[in-house]
Amino acid sequence: MSLRSDFTAFLNGNGELFSFSLRFFRHGLNPPFEFAEFIKQCYVIGYKSLPLIGLTAFIMGIVLTMQLRPSMADYGVESQLPAIVAIAVVREVGPVITALIFAGKIGSSIGAELGSMKVTEQIDAMEVSGTNPFKYLVVTRVLACTLMLPVLVMLGDAISLYGAYLGVNIHTNTSFNLFWTQVFDNLVFGDVLPAFIKSFFFGFAVGIIGCYKGYNSSRGTEGVGLSANSAVVVSSVMIFIIDLLAVQVTNIFDY
Amino acid sequence: MTSDKQVLNSSLDKVMLINNLCKSFGDRHILINFNLELIRGESVVVLGKSGSGKSVLIKCVIGLLRPDKGSIKIFGKNIPDLNHDELDQVRAKIGFLFQSNALYDSMTVRENLEFPLRRHWIEVSQEEVDKMVEDALEDVGLRHTIDMMPVELSGGMRKRVALARTLILKPEIILYDEPTTGLDTITSKEIIELMIEIQEKYNTSSLIISHDMNCVRMASDRVVMLMDGRCYANDTYENLIKSEDPKIKMFFE
Repeated sequence: MSLRSDFTAFLNGNGELFSFSLRFFRHGLNPPFEFAEFIKQCYVIGYKSLPLIGLTAFIMGIVLTMQLRPSMADYGVESQLPAIVAIAVVREVGPVITALIFAGKIGSSIGAELGSMKVTEQIDAMEVSGTNPFKYLVVTRVLACTLMLPVLVMLGDAISLYGAYLGVNIHTNTSFNLFWTQVFDNLVFGDVLPAFIKSFFFGFAVGIIGCYKGYNSSRGTEGVGLSANSAVVVSSVMIFIIDLLAVQVTNIFDY
Repeated sequence: MTSDKQVLNSSLDKVMLINNLCKSFGDRHILINFNLELIRGESVVVLGKSGSGKSVLIKCVIGLLRPDKGSIKIFGKNIPDLNHDELDQVRAKIGFLFQSNALYDSMTVRENLEFPLRRHWIEVSQEEVDKMVEDALEDVGLRHTIDMMPVELSGGMRKRVALARTLILKPEIILYDEPTTGLDTITSKEIIELMIEIQEKYNTSSLIISHDMNCVRMASDRVVMLMDGRCYANDTYENLIKSEDPKIKMFFE
């Protein structure tokens, strides 16, 4: 019985999230647009996340290189290390790890911010002040997430490859030019484009789920914590689901 | 509080008229054929126990909740029938003081006060905005908090800033949702005195939701008692306090 009600609640939740997403498109496509708030959110969501994304990407580049090197040395293809790391980072590791960190930082912050605004009646106050709170709070944040995450992924990939260069040079003496030549010789358009496109979907998922959880927060301060927590959990799972779908679509187009 | 004479003089000028208002959530009937009228310059307190539907009533009045049945006419316009733009035009003439103050945490006091101004009066210049913000804060005695964040203010100061925000658009009606909840006795008294002072200065009409008897005594021209979703009594504080009805006496004991 409990399993059945849990399943019903799961389906209802998905239905509400879908309806919330449709509402985003309805409000987002109709003027007036909240440009000032959108730019502010791009700064907060994009620029302010860069140090964290950059640091984790740099460490990830070093660690990935150091983990791969022994196996590649065993097969006698150690010289291909920059190429393999570049493909792994650009196609999969970079977008997914960046999106997961983004979900942890931005998804939770949006969930908590909107949740706290909901329970302290700030969203109602906004509506009374002649503002469409959905447009002002949700549309701007979801758009900023959708547009900023691909930028962060690209920057994160680049920083990660600088980390990889350091990782390669811990054991061998590879010149800067040789490293980057190997990276770019082996990366093709088909590696970069699918990863770039799926980053938009990751960003949209983090934004819409964070806003949905926060906007529908209830049960006071306890509800705010739950909103922040479930925003991270659900958007992290959603990132993997989108990644799974993306790889299927990529394979269809033979990338 | 306005004098009886003032209320009498303007008795024909009804700024708000609520007729047969019904609102339910599922099987719970919160408001059942509730009626109320508010005259220009008058201060009406809606008194009721916690959970009696007072906040639902005030949210229906401002258009945050849609009633199931009945009409809420403000300046002759029926709120449930208005579209978004029409509702915004009516809301520009109504101030709403939220129970939790609802100050925007991420904005300074200045930005909090500017927000409704910028939204309702787009064409206003920055100099005019600055002047209006300063005047509104002056009215509540908190000019010095202009660049502070809400989190830096005490409970009473936040209530005053929230009141300044409701005043900024020079509303004709002010709705107060439990204005003294969570405040100590002295601060409550200060807030009530401020509400009376504002009403006299700007000749606004006030609809006050409260269960604080000090607020009822000091700020009301008329008291409407909300019980089981219906209007149980509608009279002055002085008359109600003399009532022998046990349900009414319960509030004044």
